[in-house]
Amino acid sequence: MEWLGFVNYAVFMAIFIGIYALLALGLNIQWGYTGLFNAGIAGFFAVGAYTSAILTSPFAEGRVGGFDLPVPVGWLGAMVAAGLIAWPIGKICLRLRSDYLAIATIGVAEIIRLVVKSESWLTNAARGITDIPRPFGDLAYTMSQLAYLAIVAGVLLVAYLLVERQFASPWGRMMRAIRDNEDAARAMGKDVPYRRLEAFIFGSALMGLGGALFAHFNRTITPEAIDPMVATFLVWIMLILGGSGNNRGAILGVAVVWIIWSMSEIVTDRLPHEYAVKAKYLRVFLIGLMLQVVLRFRPEGLLPEPQKRGPRPDPAASGARPPASPD
Amino acid sequence: MDAMELINFYLVPGIVVGSIYALGAVGITLVFAILRYAHLAHGDLATFGAFLALGVVTLGGVSPYVALPVAMAVTAAVAVGIDRTFYAYLRERPKIVTVMASLGVALMVRAVVQIVWGVDSQTYTRGIVRPENWFGIRIRDREIVTVLAMIALVVALQLFLKYSKWGKAMRAMSDNPDLALLSGVDNRKVVLLTWTIVGGLCAAAGVFLGLNYELKALMGWTMLLPMFAAAILGGVGRVEGAVLGGLIVGIAEEMSALFLPTEYKAATAFAILLLMLLVRPTGLLKGKVL
Repeated sequence: MEWLGFVNYAVFMAIFIGIYALLALGLNIQWGYTGLFNAGIAGFFAVGAYTSAILTSPFAEGRVGGFDLPVPVGWLGAMVAAGLIAWPIGKICLRLRSDYLAIATIGVAEIIRLVVKSESWLTNAARGITDIPRPFGDLAYTMSQLAYLAIVAGVLLVAYLLVERQFASPWGRMMRAIRDNEDAARAMGKDVPYRRLEAFIFGSALMGLGGALFAHFNRTITPEAIDPMVATFLVWIMLILGGSGNNRGAILGVAVVWIIWSMSEIVTDRLPHEYAVKAKYLRVFLIGLMLQVVLRFRPEGLLPEPQKRGPRPDPAASGARPPASPD
Repeated sequence: MDAMELINFYLVPGIVVGSIYALGAVGITLVFAILRYAHLAHGDLATFGAFLALGVVTLGGVSPYVALPVAMAVTAAVAVGIDRTFYAYLRERPKIVTVMASLGVALMVRAVVQIVWGVDSQTYTRGIVRPENWFGIRIRDREIVTVLAMIALVVALQLFLKYSKWGKAMRAMSDNPDLALLSGVDNRKVVLLTWTIVGGLCAAAGVFLGLNYELKALMGWTMLLPMFAAAILGGVGRVEGAVLGGLIVGIAEEMSALFLPTEYKAATAFAILLLMLLVRPTGLLKGKVL
C-alpha cells in the first residue's frame, strides 16, 4: 500500500504546515504589521501546548491538572495563557526600541524552558504530559489524521480571515502607520506603546493556539518536543521568505520552508550516522544562510505586502522590515 | 553558614563569572552604542572563539593562555568578516533588520562549531585543579588570571577610547553619529575597529568561560542573556558600566542559589534585565536608551 503511506505522509506534513502557519500569522501581526521583534516564539508555543495539555488531560498522580475539560476550552486557555505571559513583557519593553523586546523575549523563552524542564508538579518535567485527548482520536489512523487536518485547516482559516480583516481595518492601517512612522502616529494622537502591546498580545495568543494544536496532535508534550532556537528561527525565515505583512505570503512561506526543511531531514537521515549528525547542523547553517540571502536579495519576500493606494514606494523602503524612525 | 563559606562558594565564583560576563558585556555595549543594534550573535561568537582556542591547544600542545591571543585575533578577523558579509549591506535599513540578521548569524556560527568540533562538552586541560588557600579564601590560579585579564583588557580599552585618535572617533560616533560624520570621521574605519575590538573581547569571554567551566556548543548562547543584562544594567555605551553590570549580574546569579533552585540561575539575569528596563532603562551609569 505505497499510496496510503504517501497520503499519510502528505497529511502529516499538511497538519504541521497548518500549525506553523498559525505561528507565522501570529508573528505577522507582531512583525509584519507592527514591527515587533519576538525572538521567543517557541516560549509562547510551549505555554500554549502545556496549558491546553494541563486543562484537558485526565487526572494524573503527582502533578497539577487532570481537569479533563473539553478540548476547545483547552485551546482557549492556551491563547489566554500565552497572552498573559506576553502582557507584562510587552508592558515593560514596548516603550523602548524593538531591540529590547528581542532580548527580553529570548529571556522569556529561556525561563519557560527552565520551568517546563524542572517544575514537575506543573509539567511533569522531563517525562512530559501524556494522554492528551485528540479530537476524533479513536478513528482509524488515516481517518483520524484526516479529521485532525480538517480541524487544523478550519482553525487556520478562521484565524486567517480574522487577521486579514484586521489588516484591512482601521486598526491595521493604524498599526502600519505606527510601524512606518512612529513619531507621526504619535503626533496624530495614537497611544503607540498601548497599540503595540495589543499586537504583541494578539500575536502571542495565536502562537499559544499553535502550541495547543501541536500538543493535541502529538497526544503528548515533553520539553524535548521542540528545539527552542531552531523552532523560533524557522518561523522567522518562513515569514520573511513568504513576505512579511502579507498573510497569504506568510502561509506560502510556511509551506515552502517546511517542505524544504522536512525533505532535507529525509535526506540527512539516510546518511551514515557519522555524517548524519554533521548534516543535521549543516541544515541549520543553511537555514541561517537562507535568511541572509532573502534579507539581501528579496527583502519583501515571495509575496510582498499589498500596497493599496498611491504610488509604490521605492523598493528599498518596503519589505522585510518596518522603516522605523531614525534614532 | 559563616562568612568564609559565603565568600568561597558564592562571592568568588560570582566575581569570576561576573568578569567573564563583563568581557562580553563590554562588546555588547560597544556594538549597541556605536553601531546601534543589539547583536544577538555575540554569545555564539564567544563560543567560536573558545573552540578556536581549543583547536590551538590540541594542535599546538600549548597552554590556553598562549592560545588566547591567537583566538582573539582570529575571532576579531571573523567578526569583521561577518560584518562585511552579512551586516554591511543592511546599514541603510532600519537597525532591527540587522538584529534579525544577527540571530541568523548566531545560528550559523553555532552550526559551524557543532560541525567542526562536535556537540560533546570538552575542556582545555584534563584533571582537577585544587584551589589554593589564601588566608581561608580558596581561589584557583585560573580564577585570578580571569579577573586580572578582564581588568587589563578593559583598562587598555579605556585608555584607547580616551586618548587615541580612533578611540575618540568611536566615542564621537557613539555620542552623535551625524556630527561625527560631518566632522570627517570615517564611518568604515570606526565600524572595522569596533568589530575588531568586539571580536577580540568576545573570544576572551569565551576562552575564560571554557577555562573555568567547560566548552559546550551552547555555552555562548546561554551567556547572551546575562551579558545583555549586564550591558543594560551598567548603561548602554558605558564600558565601565558594563564591567560593573557584569560583576553585579555574576554575583547575583551565584547568590541566587541561596534562595532559588540552581536551575533558575539564568532567571536572575532576566529579572535584573526586566527590572532595569522598568525602572531605569538608562542603567546605573546613565547610558543611552535606543
